[in-house]
Amino acid sequence: MEPQAGLEAQIAIWRVFLARRQVISSTDLDELEDHLREQITDRKASGLDDEEAFLVAIKRLGNLDAVSREFAQEHSERLWKQLVLLPEGAMGADTGVTLWRELTVVISLAVGAGLALKAGFIWLGDDDALLRNLGLLVFPFLGAYFAWKRRLSASTVVVLLGAFLALAVVLNVYPFVPGGSTWLLAALHAPVLLWVMTGLAYVGGQWRSDSRRMDFVRFTGELLIYFTLLGLGGGVLMGLSFAMLQLVGLDLEPVMEAWILPFAVPGALVIAAWLVEAKQNVIENIAPVLTRVFTPLTIVMLLAMLVVLTTTGSLLNVDRGLLILMDAILILVLCLVLYSLSARDPMTPPGFFDAMQLILIGTALAVNAAMLAAMLARIAEFGFSPNKAAALGLNLILLVHLVRAIWLGAGFQRGSRSFASLEHWQTQYLPVYGLWAVVVVLIFPLAFVFA
Amino acid sequence: MRIDKDLVAASATPLVLGILAGGELHGYAIIKRVNEISGGNMEWSDGMLYPLLHRLERLDLLRAAWARSEAGRRRKHYFITETGRAALAERQGQWEVVADALRQIWNAAQHPVPATTRNA
Repeated sequence: MEPQAGLEAQIAIWRVFLARRQVISSTDLDELEDHLREQITDRKASGLDDEEAFLVAIKRLGNLDAVSREFAQEHSERLWKQLVLLPEGAMGADTGVTLWRELTVVISLAVGAGLALKAGFIWLGDDDALLRNLGLLVFPFLGAYFAWKRRLSASTVVVLLGAFLALAVVLNVYPFVPGGSTWLLAALHAPVLLWVMTGLAYVGGQWRSDSRRMDFVRFTGELLIYFTLLGLGGGVLMGLSFAMLQLVGLDLEPVMEAWILPFAVPGALVIAAWLVEAKQNVIENIAPVLTRVFTPLTIVMLLAMLVVLTTTGSLLNVDRGLLILMDAILILVLCLVLYSLSARDPMTPPGFFDAMQLILIGTALAVNAAMLAAMLARIAEFGFSPNKAAALGLNLILLVHLVRAIWLGAGFQRGSRSFASLEHWQTQYLPVYGLWAVVVVLIFPLAFVFA
Repeated sequence: MRIDKDLVAASATPLVLGILAGGELHGYAIIKRVNEISGGNMEWSDGMLYPLLHRLERLDLLRAAWARSEAGRRRKHYFITETGRAALAERQGQWEVVADALRQIWNAAQHPVPATTRNA
């Protein structure tokens, strides 16, 4: 290697090493690097070679831990304030421009989503049509953001647009019977399909890659956290405005229903997606904590449900509403499992928490089995209906997912399987939910003559 | 001669302010200046200078501006403010008092007071 190139490489490595310390900002790094280079130049002038000059310069900078501690004392805010969306002059003018451009795109898309939703409220007067189209109005803007951000190829965009239009046509052209259940099922499953499409845009066309899929799982979880936080903040603002305007005798409610919510909710979704993209590891640190808190709590909840399910007497009497609710809870369990997998360091050996996860999946499996028994009993008694078929299908898919997950998880716990195989299975299975949603949206209405 | 760590830390601020009172400099030049005037006896850990400069900048004793070095690298120059000059004057007064007190002690140690005068 050329000596000059070797020195440059060493400085680059040193810089990367130092950059990991979040208390040292990139401008500080510039400053320190300038110092280091001057020291090296001076040492070389006094006869040292590249290697020696570099070592002396590094030594004179002093113990890096001590130096970072000093930086931390002076800039303790840096340990907290990590989410810098528009760094001031730090990265040169170009990055600033792209960030502003991104902000412009994001805000336009957020406003666009609000306008689309508002237009939907105005023109799709009746509630059924509105409910069917709700996702169709908002999700394209999220997809458009990722299409722009990932610079999707034209063919991917065409495929996504085609899928989107097909979904829109099916939801609006199928002659659904008013008051039937197939339209409601279709409306409930359409967002799943839209989310799959968003995922395709998110992974930038690399939909076969396990790790990209896992990234999308992480993204989904973090989006939920950010969206909730934005919602909470917005709620506080609204509450304060409400209280203030009430004191002067103005009622905010009509304005809120007609204008603020239709813009705020989809807007917050787009902004949340951008925030997750802008800084991926601020909340990531809290995700493992959240899953660790909620896994034991969910186990307790599931055990309570199991008791309720098995002591209500005949499984036939189990209320239909309860069954639907239970499906939702099982999906929540899966999200919890999936999200803690996504936040787990693949290199660490199985531990206490992995065992806890197995218990969680085990109890979920027991609940699932009890529900399946109840469902089959109801179907045997009253015959098939679209609702029962949809619930049964989802239950079977969940059953396969849980059984395989517990099988692989136990293997991992015993040490006979790698964590990667666990992750691989989880990400490979995800599209099945999308396929099932296709079946419910596309085939159910035909099979049940739009009832 | 190695100078005690606490002493280096205590003298760092007046040294930096004093050096910058003579004109704006960047970090490396400040270190070089310290080495020159102390004859290489005040060995600073170079990295420690920057947190100190940032602290003085935050306290508004210094201001900084980015410029380019001859080689075209980004370089941060520091210069002293009016507050900085006032702080320097104050520190100077303090150090003179300390130095004066120490000088008297050293002198007294070299010329111990005779025992007879003490008894009188």
